Amino acid sequence: MSDSDLESFRAETRAWLEANCPPEMREPVRDEDDIYWGGRNATFKNDAQKAWFEAARDKGYTVPAWPKEYGGAGLSPAQAKVLREEMSAIGARPPLSSFGIWMLGPALLHFGTEGQKQRFLNEIARGEIRWCQGYSEPGSGSDLVSLQTFGEDKGDHWVVNGQKVWTSYADKADWIFCLVRTDKDDKYRGITFMLYDMASEGVSTKPILLISGNSPFCETFFDDVTVPKSYGEDVPAYVGEINRGWDVAKYLLGHEREMISGADGGDRTSAIGAALARANGEIDPVLRAELAQFDVDALAYAAMGEKFLDEIKVGKAHPAQPNMMKYAGTELNKRRHELMMAAGGSHALEWDSEETSGGKPSRNWLRTKANSIEGGTSEVMLNVISKRILELPGA
Amino acid sequence: MPLYYDDDQTMLADTAGQFMAEEGSIKNQLRHWRDRECKDGFGHALWKQFAEMGFTGMLVDEDDGGLGMGQVEANIVLEEIGRNLTPSPFLSSSVLAATALKHGSNDVKGRWLPGLLAGDKVYGVAIDEGRKHRPERIACKAEKSGNGFKLTGKKDFVVYGASSEMIVVAARTSGDDSDRDGLTLFAVPQDTAGMSHDSVRLVDSSMASHVTFDGVELDGDAVIGEVDNGREVLDAMLMAGRVGSAAEGVGVARGAMDMTVDYLKQRKQFGRVIGEFQALQHRAAHLYSEVEIARAVTVKAAQLLDAGSEKADLMASVAKAKVAKVAGLAVREGVQMHGGIGMTDEYDIGLYMKRDRALQEFLGDQYYHAGRVAEMSGY
Ligand SMILES: Cc1cc2nc3c(=O)[nH]c(=O)nc-3n(C[C@H](O)[C@H](O)[C@H](O)COP(=O)(O)OP(=O)(O)OC[C@H]3O[C@@H](n4cnc5c(N)ncnc54)[C@H](O)[C@@H]3O)c2cc1C
Ligand SMILES: Cc1cc2nc3c(=O)[nH]c(=O)nc-3n(C[C@H](O)[C@H](O)[C@H](O)COP(=O)(O)OP(=O)(O)OC[C@H]3O[C@@H](n4cnc5c(N)ncnc54)[C@H](O)[C@@H]3O)c2cc1C
Repeated sequence: MSDSDLESFRAETRAWLEANCPPEMREPVRDEDDIYWGGRNATFKNDAQKAWFEAARDKGYTVPAWPKEYGGAGLSPAQAKVLREEMSAIGARPPLSSFGIWMLGPALLHFGTEGQKQRFLNEIARGEIRWCQGYSEPGSGSDLVSLQTFGEDKGDHWVVNGQKVWTSYADKADWIFCLVRTDKDDKYRGITFMLYDMASEGVSTKPILLISGNSPFCETFFDDVTVPKSYGEDVPAYVGEINRGWDVAKYLLGHEREMISGADGGDRTSAIGAALARANGEIDPVLRAELAQFDVDALAYAAMGEKFLDEIKVGKAHPAQPNMMKYAGTELNKRRHELMMAAGGSHALEWDSEETSGGKPSRNWLRTKANSIEGGTSEVMLNVISKRILELPGA
Repeated sequence: MPLYYDDDQTMLADTAGQFMAEEGSIKNQLRHWRDRECKDGFGHALWKQFAEMGFTGMLVDEDDGGLGMGQVEANIVLEEIGRNLTPSPFLSSSVLAATALKHGSNDVKGRWLPGLLAGDKVYGVAIDEGRKHRPERIACKAEKSGNGFKLTGKKDFVVYGASSEMIVVAARTSGDDSDRDGLTLFAVPQDTAGMSHDSVRLVDSSMASHVTFDGVELDGDAVIGEVDNGREVLDAMLMAGRVGSAAEGVGVARGAMDMTVDYLKQRKQFGRVIGEFQALQHRAAHLYSEVEIARAVTVKAAQLLDAGSEKADLMASVAKAKVAKVAGLAVREGVQMHGGIGMTDEYDIGLYMKRDRALQEFLGDQYYHAGRVAEMSGY
């Protein structure tokens, strides 16, 4: 696409956003219910959220880079970048957020059958289904491949037994993409990547309370859950091949890490010094210096995010680069919240006051500590960089 | 514009990389001239080769006989210079002085550009006054005298000053030391009476001068740009120089990191290669991550500069500060992970540490630039 075509696309996009993104949807996300997750039981917080979601859905902008036949807008990398830039320029919220968009979708685009793509990608793009991720188990965290949840082969179906843990939003999800052992003799080639309904008999969830005082994730139990091998013609209940789910799992992790890294901009990559100085009055000179150092790192990381996305779209990024992005992005975000707490002083300590919208500063600060754990810990990211990028021995 | 190189830029990186790794290698240039206690601190023959490659006039407009390229391209060359620690006047002559000369009259250009394009001449820049880079404050005075000016004052850290046929000098023609306005840039020829150099060797074996101007008489045609309006040209020079030195710093960081990672794969202790120890792996992986980020922000700053973006000045400081932090980390980790051998003159890793130290100071260190980022952001 030529530069002038791209510029006219920019003008169109700007006009479309102007016409379709309500002012309320250009405000920063403040609460969990400011995020629209979609799904069978979804409700809208207000008319603006509904209008913005529906306009984006009809235009394919919930998943702009996906092909049109699967609910996307079929944008090229350059066009998608323009859309991202224009949305960020007006502070537009994502019209729809979901694990389907960030994680399962990319895996289906890569490994799915045509039937799976037609069904599941369209449901995701239209916000009709909410997914959760069943990877971690009590005994299998960083060493995920040791997982034990077992699916016994019964011909046309499996019977699944076991337990997952830290399953984010399991209590709110419609379906789960789940790693299930189907061959106990082969560690890496004995896992199947299954898709099934959380309403199936034998599935139960128990919320876990986090240090932030919220409980967005659960223990998830499978007690003789029947999972059919197929949901119809060309719609198998597993992605990729049976017993080869580890390949899918790893591919998906790359996308999960990219998402957690905050590479696509937003809060995690912006400078904070000016806002904190404005909001909190006089700032200690040593803290000011720390803020300045942070802003240097944050603005530099924003450039890295842009470069990473540019490169990954055209296959120029190292395939293990999402690990580096996740490491750097999450460590940065933790530092950001440490500084926000420091600048906020005793105000930031308030746990449920109205003035802090129910303890936002401290709860968010605590939540960010999970950034370098969820989706693979920082230490695991460093291991992967050592092994796959630096090619250090024995890593 | 995507933040990766297009085909032409990739080709330039290959060409420049090969050239520096061969002709500009540590053995052929840095060690060669250092061990001979060369008074220039670089090789004139190599400078001539730079010209043959088209490097010396990269930033010079095509109408003026140059290649009319941008900062992104100059940075590509600088990154290779950094990786190979190639001593050359490229940054001061072809980036800083060339940026100043862009703003000169046709007479000024006609007088100075041909020598630069041919690689026959070397130019320096005289900005700093004192031990730290504080270009907001310029005290060096140029008073009107007849048809010209009389220059009085002292300048420091004039890189390759004694070898420079001409020095671009930022001097005050009106106002107080800390005023933004009232600056003028002058192209001061080497042999001008009243100018003296105290030339010193720096830690990285490069040469720099303390220059004293004692009533130096200059013709009106020594002025680059407009009298009293030199700040804008100086800012343009500083941005190009800062982004350029960031690129060289990225090269230094990469050179040190690559050498170190190679060493981790070779050195054996405790019956295995030390690269197997997770304590070292994690530090190397962290360093990799930082170097990638430093590189990205440097490309971004160069692109913004080429696009004439108003964000270029901020990102130039972000890049300079980030690269300084990261290159410092790279050389410190490099020496440490080499163990005892990293302390020896025979090993190159120490040379990276020395070059990094000099680059840190050039056109503002990380503290200066982080402070600038805060100020430009409004706190
Ligand atoms: C907020 C949140 C949401 C989550 N959401 C989900 C979800 O939706 N679905 C899901 O399946 N999982 C989810 N997780 C789980 C997450 O993926 C795991 O917590 C993570 O992989 C780490 O596993 P673990 O907790 O068992 O820690 P462990 O693996 O026990 O690690 C403990 C410590 O040891 C370190 N360590 C482990 N191995 C090594 C090694 N080889 N070298 C060096 N250090 C090592 C780790 O880095 C860590 O610091 C979530 C976690 C959090 C915090
Ligand atoms: C100025 C100087 C003076 C000295 N004087 C003396 C002297 O008078 N007499 C004398 O006998 N020696 C002397 N030494 C030698 C010094 O003791 C050794 O350099 C030191 O023990 C390190 O050994 P090495 O150089 O072989 O490095 P290596 O052991 O090869 O180490 C290289 C790197 O690998 C790391 N590393 C090695 N093993 C591990 C591990 N298991 N886990 C994690 N990281 C690891 C090291 O920390 C280092 O960063 C001197 C050294 C110097 C620099």
